[in-house]
Amino acid sequence: MDRRSVIRVVGGALVAAVALPKMAWAAWSKSAMDANESTAAMNELFGMSDVTTSAEVKLKAPEIAENGAVVPLEVRTDMDAEQIAIFVDKNPSPLVMTATMGAGTAGLVKTRVRMGETSNVVAVVKSGGKLYSANQEVKVTIGGCGG
Amino acid sequence: MAKKTIRGKAKAKNGMVDVKLLMKHPMETGLRKDKDGNPIKAHFIQTVTATADGNTVFTAEFNTSVSKDPYLAFSYAGEKGGALNIAWADNMGDSDAADIKVK
Repeated sequence: MDRRSVIRVVGGALVAAVALPKMAWAAWSKSAMDANESTAAMNELFGMSDVTTSAEVKLKAPEIAENGAVVPLEVRTDMDAEQIAIFVDKNPSPLVMTATMGAGTAGLVKTRVRMGETSNVVAVVKSGGKLYSANQEVKVTIGGCGG
Repeated sequence: MAKKTIRGKAKAKNGMVDVKLLMKHPMETGLRKDKDGNPIKAHFIQTVTATADGNTVFTAEFNTSVSKDPYLAFSYAGEKGGALNIAWADNMGDSDAADIKVK
């Protein structure tokens, strides 16, 4: 091994060592996040889009959001939730966020989202390998996506 | 990012820990333009991970449509005095982590 290739090997190992911790982060569902339609995003995220509307899923959202840049949402369920996802149908990318629950973690997510215009908001809970949802229309006075 | 970006509270009650988080982040959508009409690049938190006593109890993936300075609340099974660590990572390779005392 000449000097040059030693540098290459050592350098490569260094890059790999630095890059590794970053790899642990890479759990972002790009294809689902980039989907421009709710059903497509659901298929990408869950591998299915068979959703049953359920009273067990509780979505708390304002009826009218004056400021589309900050719309408070709350999803709650007493089911044994593995995953909770929030979709805003009319946003350019409908999938707003998804949360994965560990063992013993409650079926609860609260956050604030942006809405471009008046739209249906859908909360989807994955429990026992099936999807359950609740939805509500939120009227938006001022959009929060563009500038 | 040297500044503290994660503010949070964790309160134990009846075997569950209620967590409330605020993360300081611009959450640029990539759809906005600056005053010269040039698009502003998307810059947003993609993942948030909560680890309690060594177990991942909650992970969230955000899209650009989560509001600026994201708020996140959830609840996991735990007790007072436990160790809770919150970490986020964004699409530009920035990240931050903080330990929060469970009260």
